[in-house]
Amino acid sequence: MKTLFISLKIFLVMTILTGVIYPLFVTVIGQTLFYNHSNGSMIVINNQTVGSELIGQKFTDGQYFNSRPSAIDYNPMPSGASNLSVTSKELKLRVRRNTAAFDSINQIPASESIPSEMLYASGSGLDPHISPQAALMQVNRICKSRHLPEAAKKRMNDLITHSIEGRQFGFLGEERINVLKLNLELDKQFTVR
Amino acid sequence: MNYFDYLQVFVYLLLLVALTPLIGNYMFKVFDNKPFKAKGIFSWLETSIYKTIGLKPDSQQNWKQYAFALLSFNLLGFLFVFVLQLIQKQLPLNPQQLGNVSWPLAFNTAASFMTNTNWQSYAGETTLSYFTQLIGLTVQNFVSAATGFGVALVLIRGIRNKLNSQLGNFYVDLTRSVIYILLPLSILFSVVLIGQGVIQNLNAYKTVTTIEKNQQVIPQGPAASQIAIKQLGTNGGGFFNTNSAHPYENPTPLSNFLEMLAILLLPASFVYCFGKMIGSVKQGWYIYMTMFILFTVGLVISVYSEYHFSSGVFEGKELRFGTINSLIWENATTAASNGSVNAMHSSLSPLSALVALFNMMLGEIIFGGVGAGLYGMLIFVILTVFIAGLMVGRTPEYLGKKIEAFEVKMAIMGVIAPSFIILVFTAIACMTDAGLSSLSSKGPHGFSEMLYAFTSAGANNGSAFAGLNANTNFYNLMIGIGILVGRFGVIIPVLAIAGSLSEKKLIPVSSGTFRTDNFTFVFLLIAVILIVGALTFFPALSLGPIVEHILMITGKTF
Repeated sequence: MKTLFISLKIFLVMTILTGVIYPLFVTVIGQTLFYNHSNGSMIVINNQTVGSELIGQKFTDGQYFNSRPSAIDYNPMPSGASNLSVTSKELKLRVRRNTAAFDSINQIPASESIPSEMLYASGSGLDPHISPQAALMQVNRICKSRHLPEAAKKRMNDLITHSIEGRQFGFLGEERINVLKLNLELDKQFTVR
Repeated sequence: MNYFDYLQVFVYLLLLVALTPLIGNYMFKVFDNKPFKAKGIFSWLETSIYKTIGLKPDSQQNWKQYAFALLSFNLLGFLFVFVLQLIQKQLPLNPQQLGNVSWPLAFNTAASFMTNTNWQSYAGETTLSYFTQLIGLTVQNFVSAATGFGVALVLIRGIRNKLNSQLGNFYVDLTRSVIYILLPLSILFSVVLIGQGVIQNLNAYKTVTTIEKNQQVIPQGPAASQIAIKQLGTNGGGFFNTNSAHPYENPTPLSNFLEMLAILLLPASFVYCFGKMIGSVKQGWYIYMTMFILFTVGLVISVYSEYHFSSGVFEGKELRFGTINSLIWENATTAASNGSVNAMHSSLSPLSALVALFNMMLGEIIFGGVGAGLYGMLIFVILTVFIAGLMVGRTPEYLGKKIEAFEVKMAIMGVIAPSFIILVFTAIACMTDAGLSSLSSKGPHGFSEMLYAFTSAGANNGSAFAGLNANTNFYNLMIGIGILVGRFGVIIPVLAIAGSLSEKKLIPVSSGTFRTDNFTFVFLLIAVILIVGALTFFPALSLGPIVEHILMITGKTF
């Protein structure tokens, strides 16, 4: 009985220590040192929050760089993946459909291979990135949709090159481009139709 | 694979090994109550906790008293988390007005977090209030890991003791684990994570209008503080549904690397600490080597399968991590009983999934859970010296303690309990509509979904083939029960072994002693582990990932 009572007391102490003091302490440090990060890395333009740098958005319009396929259509409530297996017929069909769609929208010859992240859905359904190559393959189509002159293509390619986030410390992770940030920059530099 | 892929694997393994003696030595000082430099920063907290609860820190418990203290403490934790979920709507810190959780799900989650499993049948962002996540789950993240340390410490003391039954004090082990190890590391780690972009706030969810004029609700919350301890404490329960694939939970390659390192850091270092505590660092390193070999071989098979048979398939993976980091994580999280994910295991190549399953089926002994990995491995050590003893015809010994019928019986119980859950519960699911109706895949992958769920439960891992709809009464209850048996069905035999060893006399090392600090022993230990694992699970594995692999090669789809 005495043991049970001590168990109860130490449980309460641990609850206060690790369930109240610890998270609040971390919250205070986080909010002080990294205010923007703690609150979701939101991007605010003209007092309007247009999204989070870390949370991918759905881009299907011809005038924008498109994001990866998502099993949840970029609705984060809740995050999710397809969980389809490599022997799934549905996955095969989806990839075939995504390939055909990417080829036809961007007018790419079927012989050219498409970066695999543009064919397969991400784990979170909210992947904010695409590869530099996947961005470059969309330039022609975007220029056409925005009725831009031929010379704009080079500028757009440069924009892509500047937007590449390299491997961290030169070796961690993959080279990638944040789609939302790229599209915001795109709207800034090129006219929208 | 390119140069960067190799480099990332190499740096990962190198850092893990390099940090092992550092952290391990620190743990040794903490658990054996030795003085060290920064001790004063924490020790006032330790003593004031003892004062508050009215505990004499030098009071000792025998194995039964220790077990009672541990079980009563865990029972309270379970009840608290269970009730908390049932009434969360009436409680504060619930800006989204999330409703009360149904009792089967609440039971499953409470059992899961209390036992360091952290299987999740729910999606965090749409199910649990901040209050439940903080006061309920974050606390269990700490104390379930500390419980694992405690059990392992008792076993070590049992091995060290001479003819007495004093095995330490559960409350002291719990307090020291939290105050000196888990809490400081978690504070440090969560701040680093926030620096990388993990969120930490108590705000309401943010509704934004996207560039293409869609509405997007972006969840918020105190994520970093929970993610730090879920990685360090081999817990693995995500703040969000997709765990560390979610950009708010794991935003950059660096956060990913550190979270991956944190999975194995404490279990690996604890093996070194074990060596120090028994007075032979060498014995510790040979066990470490066994774990390291098993881990590396699994990783190689997994990587080979993914790059060779499934190359270009990027389903369920995040671009910022790439394929290689998805695989390192997969192996680390299933070798340790962590269970967090940064890519969806269900979409990996079948042999890669096989390695994940096999890692868990061995009983989470490849580094394993915090504390739990070591005591699980020591069970296999006992079996190995027993088998070796039979072969040469002498009474088996380990570290000067005779291994006799009682220890072997208990060790076998500890091996059978999780295996029973894995095989029998999967069989039950296969034969009932309630089990089959949750499947999302046809063919062998559907079987793998069920096998994976009960393996994850029995081994206290917590990762999932998430295609399975586990939030049904059948799965919530079955998995919840499986988790409890898988945890305490091992802990109680281990404590009993400790109690029995503790009262034995130490036999001095002689020329006839079977040595446990050489390569022959490592080889034998690996052989015993693989034979037990393979004999028990090969039939089940062949129905799932193995047959799926063969069908994949022939191009068959379902």
